[in-house]
Amino acid sequence: MAEFLQFFFSGLTVGAVYALVALGFTLIYNASDIINFAQGEFVMLGGMTTVFLAATGMPVPLAALVAVIATIAVGLALHRFAIEPARGASAVALIMITIGASIFLRGAAQVVFDKRFHSLPPLLGAEPIRVAGAAILPQSLVVLAGAAVIVVLLWWLLDRTLLGKAVIATSANRLAARLVGINTRSIVGFSFAVSAAIGAVAGILVTPITLTSYDVGTLLALKGFAAAMLGGIGSAVGAVAGGLILGMLEAFSAGYVSSKYKDAVAFLVILAVLFAMPNGLFGRGHIERV
Amino acid sequence: MHALLTHRLAGLAIIAVILLVLPLSFPSGYYYRVAALVLIFALAALGLNLLMGLAGQVSLGHAAFLGVGGYAAAIGPTHLALPSWLSVFLGAALSGVVAFVVGRPILRLKGHYLAVATLGLGLLVAIVLTNEAGWTGGPDGMTVPRLTLFEWRVRGSDTWYWIAAVAFVFGAWLALNLIESPTGRALRAIHDSETAASVLGVDVARQKLAVFVVSAVYTSVAGSCLALFNGHITPDIAGFLRSIELVAMVVLGGMGSIAGSLVGAAILVVLPQLLTALHDYEHMVLGLVLMSVMIFLRQGIVPSLSALVPRFRSS
Repeated sequence: MAEFLQFFFSGLTVGAVYALVALGFTLIYNASDIINFAQGEFVMLGGMTTVFLAATGMPVPLAALVAVIATIAVGLALHRFAIEPARGASAVALIMITIGASIFLRGAAQVVFDKRFHSLPPLLGAEPIRVAGAAILPQSLVVLAGAAVIVVLLWWLLDRTLLGKAVIATSANRLAARLVGINTRSIVGFSFAVSAAIGAVAGILVTPITLTSYDVGTLLALKGFAAAMLGGIGSAVGAVAGGLILGMLEAFSAGYVSSKYKDAVAFLVILAVLFAMPNGLFGRGHIERV
Repeated sequence: MHALLTHRLAGLAIIAVILLVLPLSFPSGYYYRVAALVLIFALAALGLNLLMGLAGQVSLGHAAFLGVGGYAAAIGPTHLALPSWLSVFLGAALSGVVAFVVGRPILRLKGHYLAVATLGLGLLVAIVLTNEAGWTGGPDGMTVPRLTLFEWRVRGSDTWYWIAAVAFVFGAWLALNLIESPTGRALRAIHDSETAASVLGVDVARQKLAVFVVSAVYTSVAGSCLALFNGHITPDIAGFLRSIELVAMVVLGGMGSIAGSLVGAAILVVLPQLLTALHDYEHMVLGLVLMSVMIFLRQGIVPSLSALVPRFRSS
């Protein structure tokens, strides 16, 4: 039982991070039909910027705030200088642009920061909490709480504010949204900003546990994308569920099967799910117009 | 003259002549080496281009077949005492069988779901290659015995340049024939609209599976050549970044364009060699080039540029 709990909590923590990355994918996809492979780079920028600002003597909370703002600026710049000029390009071309952006950001991080691993002091101390024989890092609880707050804020934003309704209208039908006076271009820009912020916060929260370096973004983007697709692209509930499921799958297969094959087990399950449900767990069916 | 220029094999003939004359301008063996690498990757990109450009299906895991072909050429002679050339054929056959078995369920998926499924397939192969160290040497990889054909030990970058050139031109010729065949027409119809194609009586699942298998075999042969040429192989050959690189070659050069595969491969092989002079700024420049090409030449380099020349617009 202690073992099970241990795997459960580590899966939940990793899964929460995947869920946040998947939410970033979903937001941008809904507003613009773009799969943004630079999503993992936002996570890296959040963590790395905080680490380097904190190293200059800045208090960590202030450094974190500046890091989030800086990452939002990067997200907006990505939209303004790479996505906007390519409006109307094919889906594959847009994916290549975001991959180019992710290579660029990784290269820039390597120059601006360095190539070493870095950590941050945990928010609530490093002493593990014992629960029924399992040891839980306090920072895991911080990650989970942070992820929960972000999900609730995002729900509030999309469901309760006029701006959120504009985002939903844009994702439902871009032309109709424009006809009722919504500036869909700013909405897409806004979705890049929010995705960048979510990624940066995820990066800051998880750095004390998993460490960060200039190249953590690739794997996170890959896992976040897989989680978003597992849940069904375009569904926010699916993104969160997909992220948590992926995290659990990894933790349990690392614990009970083999740590070398944890990614293999995770992807085998994803493949099996997609074979049975070609639109993911929460995705809508797709109707083709001829 | 006009008839010669507009013949359907004219473009291929021009490529063949260029490949034949090009070595005259090579000042050193290093150029042969880079050119051979370009041609080997062009062959892999050509295979992926059939899947992406012709049939409109994305694969983010195609390096898996590069890995199967490469490790076949390594494991066959090392562990099973098979001759290299036979291992290359067996590797290609194995790639074809893998593509055939996984292709049917995977190709039912569409768009980004297909992308994530192929990505998963690629990761699975890379994970197996990394972890089955008894056969593959693990993360450090293994040595690949030199190719021997009828007592002739193939070595030297110049020899490999000619082998790769012949392989690429032959592959391109086969691809041209496939494009012009009923299968090619069916695949183009699927690219435009799957529903419309199936209404017109195209067996969509079967045609997609066929091109997936063909594309896997192309990439597998390229993987074998890469392993034999380098003399060493690591699991990176099947990794996610390699898959992305192959997709980038196809998209950069131009989807559906044979010359495009060659141009895309040339850029992504030569550019990093040139950029090593920039040291730390290498990746920034590579990312910028990738973004700029896709923003300003969004159809890919060859189709975008040939659209500027009215005479070649049809090709």
